[in-house]
Amino acid sequence: MAGQGASEPALFTELEGDYGPFRPQIPVTVPLWLGIAMKKRSKCRIQPPDWMSVERLSEVLEMEREAPREFQPLPFHYVEIAKLLLDNAREDFENNYMVQSLLEDIKDVRWDKVEKGLKNLSGRTHAVKLKNISAMEVNRMRTFTVRALQSFFKHDNDDMMKQTPTDSDSQSTPSSSDRLPRRTLRPR
Amino acid sequence: MDSGNGSEDGTPWGRGDGQGDDDDINRDWGHKDIPNDVEVLKRVWRNEKSAPEILAYESLLVERVQEQIANMEENILAAAESLDDMMLSIFEMDVNRLMFLLRAYLRVRLSKIDKFALHIMRTADLWDRLSPQEQEYASKFVDVLSKHMHDSVLGKLEKAYESMMKQAASSEENDMIVEPNLDTYVFCRSKTALGTFQLDDKGDETVDMMPNDLYILRYRPVRNLIETDRIELV
Repeated sequence: MAGQGASEPALFTELEGDYGPFRPQIPVTVPLWLGIAMKKRSKCRIQPPDWMSVERLSEVLEMEREAPREFQPLPFHYVEIAKLLLDNAREDFENNYMVQSLLEDIKDVRWDKVEKGLKNLSGRTHAVKLKNISAMEVNRMRTFTVRALQSFFKHDNDDMMKQTPTDSDSQSTPSSSDRLPRRTLRPR
Repeated sequence: MDSGNGSEDGTPWGRGDGQGDDDDINRDWGHKDIPNDVEVLKRVWRNEKSAPEILAYESLLVERVQEQIANMEENILAAAESLDDMMLSIFEMDVNRLMFLLRAYLRVRLSKIDKFALHIMRTADLWDRLSPQEQEYASKFVDVLSKHMHDSVLGKLEKAYESMMKQAASSEENDMIVEPNLDTYVFCRSKTALGTFQLDDKGDETVDMMPNDLYILRYRPVRNLIETDRIELV
């Protein structure tokens, strides 16, 4: 995230790194919290990140709609970053209503995909792969998914275990004929 | 006006040498390629939050971070008059952020100790993962808890039922002790391709870990990978 200093040069040597010097009209890359802090004190202007332009977001939205089983690459914390920037630095975006509505649409389409994917969970699932998912989506589905998978694991294994004692007399592998072939991984 | 006060820290990671007034004025990037302690602490905190059991205590990291915080606070006090308000508040924000991270990390561990104190005390492996202060805390917690249980309920029941750790004297093991559920599912990610590894003894469940993709797996099979730092939890 880049900001442009509007006042005297200053050099920050901080625990997280060294930032500065800040000179007027020269863009500097700083962490998000620092930029927002300076913006709140009206000391700088924020340059929107590349992925938050109207063109790029429209592209992403289209690709999300076209590929119903994949997520498009977006920064992991895109929701949080976008919210902070739009709340604090609205005027630095040339087309902020468009950007905001595009982001909403992208969020909706992606969440729709997540919900559809969740329907595919079953007792056979032992791992789920989520490519290009974002932090907000992970946290929205975390409790549900973890609980569901736990229950599947518990009940599915119980069924498996119950079958073994009865078959232990025979030499054949227990209940392998009952089980459908396990699919190893479900790409998302 | 130049701030010119860097914080001296003797950490092995270091943050570059640019602490003086005239050093590297043209550089305007932070040192992001060296893993500095803040990033490490963030990752360690995240792992601890998502893992169902308590993980090893990072004593060196915590010490270094405490040192850095102390140094930074000294510097802020020393330079309080010569800096303008905004820069002062930004330095303070930085220190606050680091303190928050440290506190959050310690609190997550404490809450796990609270939940599983009895289990930790009887498992040598887990006991070793605690710092000395945490061990003291755990023993005192168990003492206070048993006294409270005894005084309020258990002392008034019949002899057979008065143990906090067994359901009844006829139970063979200590079955009232809460254990963390290692079969819970966690979200994890690896930085490098780990190749296929199996999740199950029977060998029919395998996962191919590609870098930077998120996976939801059972915790038990990936325990060692977290300890050796090849996977991080999200």
